[in-house]
Amino acid sequence: MIVPLEHVLYLSAILFLLGLGCVLARRNLIMILIGVEIMLNAVGLTLVGASAFWQQIDGQIMVVFLMAMTSAEVSISLAMVVYLNRRKGTVDVRAFDELRG
Amino acid sequence: MATVLFYLLGLVTVIATLLAITRRNPVHAVIYLVNSFFALALLFYLLGAPLVAAWEVIIYAGAIMVLFLFIIMMLELAPTPEADRMGPTWWQWLPVLLLALALVGCTLMLIGVDAGVAQGVPRWYATPRDFGFALFGKYALAVEVVSFQLLFAAVGAFYVGKPERKRRQKKEEGA
Repeated sequence: MIVPLEHVLYLSAILFLLGLGCVLARRNLIMILIGVEIMLNAVGLTLVGASAFWQQIDGQIMVVFLMAMTSAEVSISLAMVVYLNRRKGTVDVRAFDELRG
Repeated sequence: MATVLFYLLGLVTVIATLLAITRRNPVHAVIYLVNSFFALALLFYLLGAPLVAAWEVIIYAGAIMVLFLFIIMMLELAPTPEADRMGPTWWQWLPVLLLALALVGCTLMLIGVDAGVAQGVPRWYATPRDFGFALFGKYALAVEVVSFQLLFAAVGAFYVGKPERKRRQKKEEGA
């Protein structure tokens, strides 16, 4: 391990908080999805750091599953963005504050 | 050496991410995010995960971010005021150039870091062989589940992305 595990965790916590801030503060759907990507990457950094700390490969396997999950999530959510944009002609989340069955 | 590189790359990642989430133009945000993912891939390599580092570049920076760019350009979400038609101004391209140069510098420094030994102790890293055995041996069932998940995602994306009129027509035909 080249650095203490705490420092890896600090870095991934900072990245996670940046992503969370992006999701909470931005109103553009694309930027919200980018925030989700940042958070998922921070989690991946935690897993790789833990994998290096205990010298077990399982953490890296989890990162591969995380990547598969992310690509599924991105394909669905970008299709939703296209759908919502077609419906209301905007990607501002304030336009989508009502529900209709 | 590797320790210094870790903090340097951590700094590059945080700066690139910070710049990415504050951009008004989504295309600029995606470019900064690609920078951040490259730095993160080098971090993964330093932490003994060369295969994950390669996939970070191929899947995240290569595939997912290009999908984002594709959607942004398809929906014409990036604002193009008159000033932008002349090309980006220096304060738009200088930060990303500096970050990219820092990444190139880090990559060159990484060549100097001997892969096998750090401070007299052999540095642990996952070989592709270990990785394949773990992935397709211990986690074989999970791989199957993930393949189902990807299939469902593809079907779902296809359904959601279909034009509204066609979908309604189908529903009426069904009823």
